[in-house]
Amino acid sequence: MSKTHVTTSINASLHEFLCEPGDTLLDVLRNELQLTGTKEGCGTGDCGACSVTLNGRLVCACLVLAVEVEGMEVGTIEGIGQSDSLDVIQEKFLEHAALQCGICTPGLIVSTKALLDENPDPTEAEARYYLAGNLCRCTGYDKIIRAVMDAAATLGGAKEGV
Amino acid sequence: MYNFNYHRPTSIDEAVKQYDEAEDGQYLAGGHTLIPTMKQRLSAPTDLIDLSGIKAMQGITRSDDGAEKMLQIGALARHEEVASSPIVKSMVPVLSALAGGIGDAQVRNRGTLGGSVANCDPAADYPAAVLGLNAQLVTNRRSLDAEQFFMGMFETALDEGELLTSVHFPRPEAAAYVKFPNPASRYALVGLLVAKTNDGVRVAVTGAAPAVFRAAAMEAALTDDFSVSALDSILLPAGDMNSDMHASAEYRAHLCTVMAQRAVAAIVAQDQARARQVTSEVTSESTS
Amino acid sequence: MVEQTIGKSVQRKEDLRFITGKGRYTDDINLPGQAYAVFVRSAVAHAKIKSIDSSEAESFPGVRAVLTGGQVADDGLGSLPCGWMLHSKDGSEMKQPPHPVMAADKVRYVGEPLAMVIAETRKIAKDAAELVAVDYEELPATAMVNQAQEGAQIHAEAPHNICYEWELGDQEATEAAIASAAHVTRYSLVNNRLIPNAMEPRAALADYNPGSDELTLYTTSQNPHLARLILTAFVQLAPEHKLRIIAPDVGGGFGSKIFVYSEETALAWAAKKLGMAIKWTAERSESFLADAHGRDHVTEAELALDGTGHFLALRVKTTANMGAYLSTFASAVPTYLYGTLLAGQYKTPNIYVEVDAVFTNTAPVDAYRGAGRPEATYVLERIVNLAAVELNIDPVELRRRNLIQPGDFPYQTPVALEYDTGDYEASLNKALERAGYADFSSRQEEARSRGKLRGIGVSCYIEACGLAPSRMAGSLGAGVGLWESGEVRVNPTGSVTVLTGTHSHGQGHETTFAQLVASKFGISVDDVEVVHGDTGKLDFGLGTYGSRSLAVGGSALSKAADKVIEKGYKIAAHLLETERDKIDFDDGEFRVRDSNQSKTFQEIAFAAYVPHDYPSEELEPGLSEKAFYDPVNFTYPAGTHICEVEIDPETGKVEVVRFTVVDDFGTIINPMIVEGQVHGGVAQGLGQALLENCVYDEAGQLQTGSYMDYAMPRADDLPAFSVDTTVTPCTHNPVGAKGCGEAGTIGSPPAVINAITQALGIRDISMPATPEKVWRALGAGRAHV
Repeated sequence: MSKTHVTTSINASLHEFLCEPGDTLLDVLRNELQLTGTKEGCGTGDCGACSVTLNGRLVCACLVLAVEVEGMEVGTIEGIGQSDSLDVIQEKFLEHAALQCGICTPGLIVSTKALLDENPDPTEAEARYYLAGNLCRCTGYDKIIRAVMDAAATLGGAKEGV
Repeated sequence: MYNFNYHRPTSIDEAVKQYDEAEDGQYLAGGHTLIPTMKQRLSAPTDLIDLSGIKAMQGITRSDDGAEKMLQIGALARHEEVASSPIVKSMVPVLSALAGGIGDAQVRNRGTLGGSVANCDPAADYPAAVLGLNAQLVTNRRSLDAEQFFMGMFETALDEGELLTSVHFPRPEAAAYVKFPNPASRYALVGLLVAKTNDGVRVAVTGAAPAVFRAAAMEAALTDDFSVSALDSILLPAGDMNSDMHASAEYRAHLCTVMAQRAVAAIVAQDQARARQVTSEVTSESTS
Repeated sequence: MVEQTIGKSVQRKEDLRFITGKGRYTDDINLPGQAYAVFVRSAVAHAKIKSIDSSEAESFPGVRAVLTGGQVADDGLGSLPCGWMLHSKDGSEMKQPPHPVMAADKVRYVGEPLAMVIAETRKIAKDAAELVAVDYEELPATAMVNQAQEGAQIHAEAPHNICYEWELGDQEATEAAIASAAHVTRYSLVNNRLIPNAMEPRAALADYNPGSDELTLYTTSQNPHLARLILTAFVQLAPEHKLRIIAPDVGGGFGSKIFVYSEETALAWAAKKLGMAIKWTAERSESFLADAHGRDHVTEAELALDGTGHFLALRVKTTANMGAYLSTFASAVPTYLYGTLLAGQYKTPNIYVEVDAVFTNTAPVDAYRGAGRPEATYVLERIVNLAAVELNIDPVELRRRNLIQPGDFPYQTPVALEYDTGDYEASLNKALERAGYADFSSRQEEARSRGKLRGIGVSCYIEACGLAPSRMAGSLGAGVGLWESGEVRVNPTGSVTVLTGTHSHGQGHETTFAQLVASKFGISVDDVEVVHGDTGKLDFGLGTYGSRSLAVGGSALSKAADKVIEKGYKIAAHLLETERDKIDFDDGEFRVRDSNQSKTFQEIAFAAYVPHDYPSEELEPGLSEKAFYDPVNFTYPAGTHICEVEIDPETGKVEVVRFTVVDDFGTIINPMIVEGQVHGGVAQGLGQALLENCVYDEAGQLQTGSYMDYAMPRADDLPAFSVDTTVTPCTHNPVGAKGCGEAGTIGSPPAVINAITQALGIRDISMPATPEKVWRALGAGRAHV
């Protein structure tokens, strides 16, 4: 099977790769581009571990074909913040210990960013509803929600300060 | 996934042509049913025709369809687009609420109206809206009534290769959709759409049976008396309903009544709010 | 002076890599030229394998090899052993039929591996795996635990599918007490089968170097050394010193990654046989089918009380499902981790428990978070609640009347354990206060005004953790010791590398253990690095399960750190030209008493590695110490859970509106980490009580094989939790810690069901209490109480 050439922007930098039609975006991120921060938890779009953004919208990379992202903008955990330049959401996850084993964490952080981009001031119920697509087996979600609400408050506070 | 050929047409004609030329073609919209099915190797098309490049199947517009204003939604509209569209909110708000309650955020950002309707999953939400609001389904070949469209479990009136391109919703007087989600999948264990429309009260039920259906007994009762209590004694026959490890037919039948009553209560509340609004507008006009 | 961090919520050191996507899990690791394995699994629950034709798969382009269970047998690989020998009432050994690495003659559950395809890519391997033709002669399946003894026989060694018939306690005294009691409460229950669902599926990457004969296995393990011991001593995969097992970042375990499974074993064997690196990552569907499941008991219990509501006797009869084969610790779970806990927090003088363990044509069942203790707590905390309802005594009051009091310790239970310490009533009182128990009726009334039913339920749990005193474990049938090792390497600059035989897969050991050691030395937590999960780096360890890591592993590190300090004293005495007994070590400084002379910890470390001025006649250079710690008893975390639910009577939907926990975990190093462990445990307990259920049909086909059908708790299913602690330090380990990893899962299910039954005014509802069951219970009415 001949491979398809795909050009896309990943975390605001231009990437080109070759893939087969059956390769998912997740396959390419992890195996071709070594962006292993995006995890596979189920492969069927039910757990959210592979959450990334596609043109700014939150999606499961395991259900997007790599060929579909031609010309699109992909955002992954690697684009959110590095260890020396953490995003507020990452800081709050750290502060509240909103993670344990860490496998679902990149997906949850990407999802939280998408949530706060869409709804900067969510209620706790809205945050829980929005994040229902991300399974976490370790935390019981309580500390995640605390981190999300704190991040929203902090970002909101920053906005007011401007 | 097995190997397949990938196509990304830019027009409906091109898509249909590619489908016809393929040995075993399959249209790809949001892919949230198709891709998992292919990954599990339960589906093995030779050719996948990605519809996302077809402009003519996108967009949400208000159209004049004869005397009546219709809400026209391209088959490729993603659930989140429908949920957040100001046009949908102003014309058929029940649809934006329904779309905002499908699956989870990731699903809503990928799944499409057309994909959901054409797939005809017995537990999908959209079919309740299509049938309950008496929508028109427009394909590359014809226009179908909702009544004609849904044939059974995963079975529609679409012919081989026929492509659903848009869905046209008449504006209801009032409508509400209430579902009881399956705790595992978040699909509708039972979902009821109740609508007051030009041609009377319509009640569409999804999740409960092999395919979406209209609850005639509920419609009759509500036509007589549009109130919660009108449904008190109405229990849809469990014999027609699905029974599985998530819910028995009997429980589904019971939930149908409860969800229908909640939908009616929501409509009554909307009506009252609207009445209050009108009253206050009248009052403020008279005082100004 | 460096800040003391014991008892402080230090931010988790491991989290920076996780929140930036830089964690390194097994599937993130790749080796050049690696091949990929895909397993061919049984499609049927019970069948003879007439033949396997792999010729078409072998000739598929890109396939390197197809290996079958027959070849495993030909290579002489041993059976996957169960590490705990149980004896039946009649003294006979439990039946331990062979557990082949891959099935050769017969398959016994859907999903059992019987062949593996190794290919250049995962996709090729998957394509080719479909071409492996298996010809089955199907046999009747025995899938249900309550029909196992009458069902088709699964193993030739086990008539009636009985693995063992175990008992504990004084049968005669218990039966006599029940016969003459003023009141006897009887209860039959099912403890629902669960699928662990760690969010990282199991994975492995095996690599073999023919030149050095070294076999390396990266894998998702909670206990890499134990896996190595089993794979070498029992399976005879490789000599122990030639096998290195690395468990890097592991994405949750909850018990399911303790066990030595077929797939990882077969992968390592194949890598050696073929001389190549091979990778396997489970798809989620494989996790559902072939990870060891949990729970799955059918139980009948009787609780006898006197006329004043004091417990006289408890009799329990349980049938426990082992699945198709005995997994690594399966036999111990419904026995020594279950029957021994049936005293709970109460002074019940007579207890007798019988457990029949049976084989079925389902995936193996083994330890899942709590492992036996949730099942014991469920039996006890439900039957105590039922007794309270029957006797019309407030359930809290009935518990209070029977609690073991602080003055009773050490307390010998009638089921083998000796509790060292605790103050159960203190936790109960604190929980009642936090939960607003006294004001519940006003909330109930308010809910009623909205058409909702409210209920409140209490559960007082105890568990035995800190596995385990090796001699005791050995006498009870354990195949291994259950001590732990620790090594504290002080580097020449005074920073410290800590090696532990426990394994962290979410528990935060890199932080907690760093706090423990840093506080010993009076240095910064940032100057301590914790290393775990690599048999090539540390001596030996028993891994992480049974809430043992801090109590046992932490104690080993504490001892090793004490040895470092002791050596430090001697070095300091030499440098400060005084005697060891005249020096105090505090805040990271060795000080001569009543003088201003001192040496810092860092100076002592430097002197140890640059021993120019050093007591060389007396001491070896260097500052690195090891310790092995074998506990003298189990630890006994205990506490109270209080659940408040609100039920929609029209739909039967239960909402947990308030969940309160007060635990006594002994000494706490990092409250934030402990709180997180409790949250996660409670979430899994609420999952069992309300959502999760593993279902097989009568033919042994798994009906709940995906997240579409197996209901996992999601963010909008759960409430915020209210968590607090009381402290009675463990009396017999140097840290004072008891363990906290499983408590949430143990205490919560009966609290939920007690709340629901109270709200509905019914006697019982089975787990998970789905909306339909609640709705039916409402219809069934209150007459049953």
